[in-house]
Amino acid sequence: MEDFGSPALRRLLEAFPGAVLATHAQCGDATALVDAGRVVEILRFLRDERGLEFEMLMDLTAVDHLGRAPRFEVVYHLYSLSRNQRVRVKAGVPESPCQIDSAVALWPAADWMEREVWDLYGIRFRNHPDLRRILLYEEFEGHPLRKDYPKERRQPLVGPGN
Amino acid sequence: MAHVRTLDDDLEKDLHTEHQILNMGPSHPATHGTVKFLIELDGETIVDLDIAVGYLHRGFEKECESGTWYQAIPYTDRLNYNSAILANIGYCLAVEKLLALETPERCQWLRTLAGELSRLADHLTRCGAACLELQAMTPFLFGIEARELTWDLMEMLCGARVTSNYLRIGGVKHDMPPAFPGVCRENIAKIRGLLRDYDEVVTRNRLFVDRLRGTGVLSKQDCIRYAVTGPILRAAGVPLDVRKDEPYLKYAEVDFDVPIGEVGDNYDRYLVCVEEMQQSLRIVEQCLAQLERLGPGPVNVDDPRVRWPAKGRVFNAMEELIQQFKAVTEGPLVPPGEAYHAIESANGELGFYVVSDGTAVPWKVRCRPPSFVNLQPMPLMLRGAMLADLIPTFDFINMIGGECDR
Repeated sequence: MEDFGSPALRRLLEAFPGAVLATHAQCGDATALVDAGRVVEILRFLRDERGLEFEMLMDLTAVDHLGRAPRFEVVYHLYSLSRNQRVRVKAGVPESPCQIDSAVALWPAADWMEREVWDLYGIRFRNHPDLRRILLYEEFEGHPLRKDYPKERRQPLVGPGN
Repeated sequence: MAHVRTLDDDLEKDLHTEHQILNMGPSHPATHGTVKFLIELDGETIVDLDIAVGYLHRGFEKECESGTWYQAIPYTDRLNYNSAILANIGYCLAVEKLLALETPERCQWLRTLAGELSRLADHLTRCGAACLELQAMTPFLFGIEARELTWDLMEMLCGARVTSNYLRIGGVKHDMPPAFPGVCRENIAKIRGLLRDYDEVVTRNRLFVDRLRGTGVLSKQDCIRYAVTGPILRAAGVPLDVRKDEPYLKYAEVDFDVPIGEVGDNYDRYLVCVEEMQQSLRIVEQCLAQLERLGPGPVNVDDPRVRWPAKGRVFNAMEELIQQFKAVTEGPLVPPGEAYHAIESANGELGFYVVSDGTAVPWKVRCRPPSFVNLQPMPLMLRGAMLADLIPTFDFINMIGGECDR
C-alpha cells in the first residue's frame, strides 16, 4: 500500500501492517481505511506518537453505504496543531452488530460527536459514558440519516423527556 | 462559664441546604440561541450543567442528500444567520475540491471580501448582544448600527441582507456593482467610528470588565482536547487560524494579524473579537484595492460541468438551451470520491465533508459545526462559577442554533 508522501500514512503502515486495509490521497486528503477492531489503538498511536501528534479530533461522522458491506463507515478527521497536518481515518461498521469502540477516552470532543452519530445513524459506541440522542428526542423512532429512512416520514414532535 | 449564643454563632452554623435543579431555556431572554440548560445549583453556585441542543434541528444533511449539489447552497445560508456567506464558501470550496476546480482570481477576491464582511457582521452581533444580555442597551445599538451598515453592503453585493445565497459552485452569482467600492469605503469609515464609540463605552467599563474578567476560563489544553477552535482557542493563546495555517481563497496574499489572548477568559475572547473586526476591515480594504486593480473579468469558472450558458445564447441557440435545461433540472455531476475542506468561520473551523457517488445528488454533506463543538465544554467553563457567569460565557461561545443543530 502506498503512503502518498504523507508521514501519517507511512508511520501507520509501518506500525500496523495488518490493520490498515486501504489508503488513498484523493483531492490531497491523506486517508486510511483501518480495521474497526483496532481503531482506538490506531487513533491513540496517531495522537501520541512523536513526530505525528494529531492532538485534535476535528470531526467524527459516519457514512451509510447502503448495499455495500460493511454498510457503514465511521470517519475521523484528525488535525495536528504542532505540525499543521491532517489525516482522515475510516473504519467499516457492519449493519449487525452495528457498533464500534468509542474514542471518548482519547478525546472528550468525541462525546457529543458520537452521540450525534448514534442519534442519526444508529451506530453504537462501546464504552461511551453517556450514549443518548442529542439532536433528536428520546421518543424518536429510527435513525434519520440512514439511507433507508424516507425523507418524507413524519413523526409527532414531542419534547425531550427531561 | 456557659457559652452564650450570639448572632455570630448563628451565622457560622452550617445550614441544611439542598442542590436545586434550574431549567433555563429553551427560549430565554438572556441567551441568544435556542438551547436548554439544566443547571444544578448550590445556592448561586453552579455545581453541574447539562446542555440540551437540537431544538432547531431541521435535517440539513438529509435535505442536502435529496437535492442537487446546487440546491444545498441556500441551506448553507441558513446555518448561521450572521455569516451566511462563510457557510456558502465552506460548502462551495469542498465541492470544488472534489471537482478539482480553480475559480478565477476576481471571484476569489470577491469571495474573500464577502466572507470578511460576514465575519464582521458576526462579531458585531456577538459583542453587541453580549452587552444587551448584560443589561447594557447602548453598546448593543452601536453594534447593530454597524451591522446594518455591513448588511447594506451585503444587499448591494448579493441582493439580500441575511440569507445572501451569493456563491455558486465555481464562482459567485454576479460581480459587484460599479458603485460598490465607494459605498464600501464610506461604510467602513462609519463602522470604524462606531467601533470607536463602542470601545470607549465598553472596553474599560468597570461593570463590563467585572462580569467578563476571570469568568468562563477554558485552558489551552482543554480547548485542544475538546477540539475548540476560533476566538475561544485563540483567547487561550493558540494562534490557530485556518486562514493563516492552510490559506484558501486569497488569504495568503493579504496582510492581517491573528490576535491571541493569554488566560482564555471571556474578557480575552471579547478582546480577540474586537481586534478581529479591525483585521477584517483591513482585509476588506485590501480586497477592494485588488478588485479595482484587476478590472473587469470573469467571476465564474469556464468549465462545462458547472458553467451556466449566457442568457442571450440560451434563447437563441439550441446547444445552450439544452445546456441550461440540464444545468437546472439535473445539476452538475460530481466525480465519485470524498473531500474535506475547512475554513475559518467567525466561530472557528467550519468544515464540510462531502461524499459523492458520481451522480448529480450528494451522497453525503457533513457540516462540521464550530458552534456545536465549542458548546460542549461549557460545563467545564462553569463548574464552580456563579449562575450570573453563565450569561457572558454563553455569549462569547456564540452558539448559533441553526449551525449547532443543523
